Amino acid sequence: MRIPPVLAALLALSAPLAAQQLSDRSQPPALSPTARLTLPEIQKRTLTSGLRVWIVEVHEVPLVQVNLVIHAGSGDDPEGEFGLASLTAAMLDEGAGTRSALELADAVEFLGAELGTTSSFDASAVRLNAPALRLEQALPIMADVALRPTFAAEELDRLRQERLTALIQARDDPAAAAGPAFARVVYGAQHRYGTGAAGTTATLTAFTPAEVRAFHAAMYRPSNATLIVAGDVTVAAVLPLLERAFGAWAADGAARKSPVPAAQQLAATEVTIVDMPGAEQSQIRIGWVGVARSTPDYFALQVLNTVLGGSFTSRLNQNLREQHGYAYGASSQFAMRLAPGPFFAGAGVQTDKTAESLTEFFKELRGISTPIASDELTKAKNYLALSFPSDFETIDDLAARLEDLAIYSLPDRFFADYTTNISAVTSAAVQQAARRFIQPDKFAVVVVGDRQRIEPAIRALDLGPVSVRSVDDVLP
Amino acid sequence: MPNVRSSALLVLVVASSALGVAAQPAASVPAAAGGAPLEVPFRQFRLDNGLNVILHRDASVPVVAVNVWYHVGSANERPGRTGFAHLFEHLMFEGSKNVAEGEFDTLLEAAGGNNNGSTSNDRTNYIIDVPANALELALFLESDRMGYLLDTMTPALVDGQRDVVKNERRQSYENRPYGMAELELDKMLWPPGHPYHWPVIGYMEDLTAASYDDVVQFFKTYYAPNNASLVVAGDIDLDRAEALVTKWFGEIPRGADVMPVAPPAAMLTEVARATLKDRVQLPRLYLAWLTPRHFAPGDATLDVLAAVLADGKGSRLYKRLVYDTQIAQDISAYQSSGALGSSFQIIATARPGHTADEMQQAIDEEIARVQREPPDAREVERALNQIEASFYRRMERVGGFSGKADQLNAYSALGGGPDFFAEDLARYTTLTPADVQAAASEWLPARRRVELVVEPEEDR
Repeated sequence: MRIPPVLAALLALSAPLAAQQLSDRSQPPALSPTARLTLPEIQKRTLTSGLRVWIVEVHEVPLVQVNLVIHAGSGDDPEGEFGLASLTAAMLDEGAGTRSALELADAVEFLGAELGTTSSFDASAVRLNAPALRLEQALPIMADVALRPTFAAEELDRLRQERLTALIQARDDPAAAAGPAFARVVYGAQHRYGTGAAGTTATLTAFTPAEVRAFHAAMYRPSNATLIVAGDVTVAAVLPLLERAFGAWAADGAARKSPVPAAQQLAATEVTIVDMPGAEQSQIRIGWVGVARSTPDYFALQVLNTVLGGSFTSRLNQNLREQHGYAYGASSQFAMRLAPGPFFAGAGVQTDKTAESLTEFFKELRGISTPIASDELTKAKNYLALSFPSDFETIDDLAARLEDLAIYSLPDRFFADYTTNISAVTSAAVQQAARRFIQPDKFAVVVVGDRQRIEPAIRALDLGPVSVRSVDDVLP
Repeated sequence: MPNVRSSALLVLVVASSALGVAAQPAASVPAAAGGAPLEVPFRQFRLDNGLNVILHRDASVPVVAVNVWYHVGSANERPGRTGFAHLFEHLMFEGSKNVAEGEFDTLLEAAGGNNNGSTSNDRTNYIIDVPANALELALFLESDRMGYLLDTMTPALVDGQRDVVKNERRQSYENRPYGMAELELDKMLWPPGHPYHWPVIGYMEDLTAASYDDVVQFFKTYYAPNNASLVVAGDIDLDRAEALVTKWFGEIPRGADVMPVAPPAAMLTEVARATLKDRVQLPRLYLAWLTPRHFAPGDATLDVLAAVLADGKGSRLYKRLVYDTQIAQDISAYQSSGALGSSFQIIATARPGHTADEMQQAIDEEIARVQREPPDAREVERALNQIEASFYRRMERVGGFSGKADQLNAYSALGGGPDFFAEDLARYTTLTPADVQAAASEWLPARRRVELVVEPEEDR
């Protein structure tokens, strides 16, 4: 020890006098006027192929993000073929144009670029992030992947095994199993939202290259796509490159779309225990069929959910984590899709406090329908409105926000008006939305945990009929 | 679940940069960037109380990041109190003399801000990201807990966060498939008495034993301004930011100097092999070696070796085990860099019907190959191009755990100065295939390593 403890203490005591006077800490400092986020303009063009192109110039870092959005996702999976959209997207970069899967990966990585394919319930996408100077070399590879995938049988067999194995792994993991289990209970086996995007063991086992090829031919069309470019480019310089890559994309006719129907709403609480012997925590999901992204209550629901379970100081997190210490965190969300997706509240809670946690969940879910104090409401609205600029820090964040505009047909002014729209939400509007969309007496309760240790106390709560299922039942 | 805060990082963390993932950082410079400068201009000064301060202006989005590193992590703990640095981190959000319990989060959310903290073996960091107009609020909150945390600390607050942290341990380790293997691996790699031997999250019984008195002592020992570093980055005026930092942090008294951790030597002299049972259906294999600490010679080379082995479809191990023979579901390799030492790890999960032994044999053949002959020039260049591009991707964000504010603090802590970006990248750009071969030979010996296998429990 270099300085004896006694001397160190003396030094510590004398320091503040030498340093400065104490600042006034009786009140937190006031906020200075808000700086407005000014987003660069979305410049819209159309390629010869009819493909819509949106370009936003951002010249901060020499990188470019290019996202090709296909307006078809798992929601467009044909009956009996759940998992097809997801598999099709995953197959795109497993061989395309003249390159094999390995040659594609090598070419992209050699450029220092990242190329990914993905799909959700509402859309599919090919996303490229490339150094600006290498965009010209990377775009033709991206176009091959999106437009000219090979769909080779041996590659499909490989992905099939990978996905079947991933299903096995999900059944080992309470946190991974809880979401799909809840979806299955709320939506059932027939509705598309009742099965995970990747499909089931049965559908995965049956897929053929012909089915994948047919889905691609039907859905991947310039008339059913939007190309989004954000980053260190100019419109004048990038348009010819885009034209070369996507200008000759040809497909006759319209895409074969089949919108997901709204699901039957739940009528009474039922409890489902999914048995995971030995689990140290129970994964809880509580909720029902929520709303579509097109809901007129969008802004009120954003505020409502922020109060309920959408922020650190939200009621659920404060209760389950800070007040009781039952969980590392608790939250809620409305999964808004083209059709009404699930609303759910959830947490991983310690096994011996499972029933107590359920009681607290229901207390908060019931409480949200009574008027919210004005400071709590203001806090939530400010949190949403004032943190909005941070969603636009990187070009891939920006491109993702633009994808939302395209997928959900939102107005161009959506970003510019966001803060105003959040500020306009009234207490009455939140309360009305809560009464309509949060009805705990009709909620499904799904608990993935150690049945032996949690079942008696859950039954004693008398929330509704209790059934016990295996993880294979809910994750087929 | 989004509402969790603060994680006990398992990996030795590090300059958010270079490591972590197999592929991160470095290479053939002007090609990708076109000569774009890789630099982060900064102003640095030290307050009289010893607080290191770094300011960086980036006005591209009207946000500000306030980032504090305390040079204390689980490596500073003593046996019997493992997990304490991380438990303490949780307590830093529970209020201080002029900030009532709950107000820290409430004030920040009402201003549109977010906050978080994380603990690694070597350091504890705290982040506050706010709209630019809330800079002074963030500095007030951050300074109040640096100066006045103990004024409102109580045994009840300690008990509350003890329960939360125990649930974090359950959620992130005990209840997560293969979660306990990571803890076991560190135990096998580092000798008892070495501070990397125990997990950042701590042992359950030690979390139970942690007391209010421990909190008081820990704060006084480690949470003084002279053991901390503050970065303010984003849409700021440098002069005003300097004045505000001085106003809010200048009055906090200096503490005693903190003695550096003096770890016992760590080396593996043979193969340490163990098998762990878990509630899983697929076996997983962990191979691990002790390697040079962060920024020491060999550290960057091992990042590149990791990329050649397991980053991307064409990488050697991925191609052989996952793509061609399909005996593995996934495989990863990375150099996990720490201030006191590093480890190189290869982790592979078996496909149904395949075994850890099968995977180990294939992996060992590939390691032997890269030890025998250098990788192709293209393999190395591909890795370097990826690493270089990742440096630019890291320049986009100022806040969060990987933004520029945290990187400035990381580089500052690890030596070399805050704007070490270009120098860090240069560690990679000069590497050759022969360097990669030499690193594989020197640091990945088959007879001195850890082999950990996770097997399904019998009744599955």
